[in-house]
Amino acid sequence: MNHRWKRNDLILILGIICIAALAYLLHERMQNVDDGIVIVKVDGEEKGTYRLSEEQTIEINGGTNILQIKEGKADMTEADCPDKLCVHQKAVSKNGESIICLPNKVVIEVKSSEQSAYDAVTN
Amino acid sequence: MKSRVAYFGVFTALALIFSYVETLIPINFGIPGVKLGLANLIIVVALYKLPLQEVYLLSIVRILLSGFIFGNYFSILYSLAGGLLSLSVMALLKRRNSFSVMGISVAGGVFHNVGQMTVAMLVVETFSVAYYFPVLMIAGLVTGLLIGVLSNEMLKRLKNIRF
Repeated sequence: MNHRWKRNDLILILGIICIAALAYLLHERMQNVDDGIVIVKVDGEEKGTYRLSEEQTIEINGGTNILQIKEGKADMTEADCPDKLCVHQKAVSKNGESIICLPNKVVIEVKSSEQSAYDAVTN
Repeated sequence: MKSRVAYFGVFTALALIFSYVETLIPINFGIPGVKLGLANLIIVVALYKLPLQEVYLLSIVRILLSGFIFGNYFSILYSLAGGLLSLSVMALLKRRNSFSVMGISVAGGVFHNVGQMTVAMLVVETFSVAYYFPVLMIAGLVTGLLIGVLSNEMLKRLKNIRF
């Protein structure tokens, strides 16, 4: 009868921990791929798409608006328009959410598998 | 021969009682679906004390009975997949004779969860439950370790008893 710990036990346990860690990392990696994207449009024309998973700061329209992507959310941090409605709006991250700066004709839209908590949003 | 049947009955009763005791213990590991698996204690002990085919029978009888009493159709399905896979892996490792009781129990715990997970994937027909895989593996490791240490102590004290 094997009442004492054996070397193989340790190998088994370490192996299981390694596989679990690997599976976790693999899943993290896969999750990033199908993470949401933001589409930036100026005057109806698509200027670029950016991943929500990458932290970055984007200058739109040659610097009239600055969009910051942080912690999976996109937020307008600066705008040169007088009312700054877009800057005051909360950060967006879910499918269909958008930030619009009317004076500069900038539209930011999120496409993501994560559905918004609202049925519909009127802008 | 008669005493074999009696011993089998005792093991079945013990496994059922442990299944019941488990429903009474409010131990919560903070993760939904994770439980200690006390009945596996009896399976591990039986693995060392009874012939393999009787352990399989014990496992199946235990799962069916406790499923009818405490669970439902789906819990029987999940338990059967987990229990039989876990038992097969444990029997295989035990044959190699290079693992201790604890090691065998850990493998059993992990593969119990892996078996249930596989059935869950087949039933729901999606791989999205796979995100739970690492969590269940570590949970199986911890509970398997606990059950292994307990079984080890039990087997030490049952050393001189032959069934």
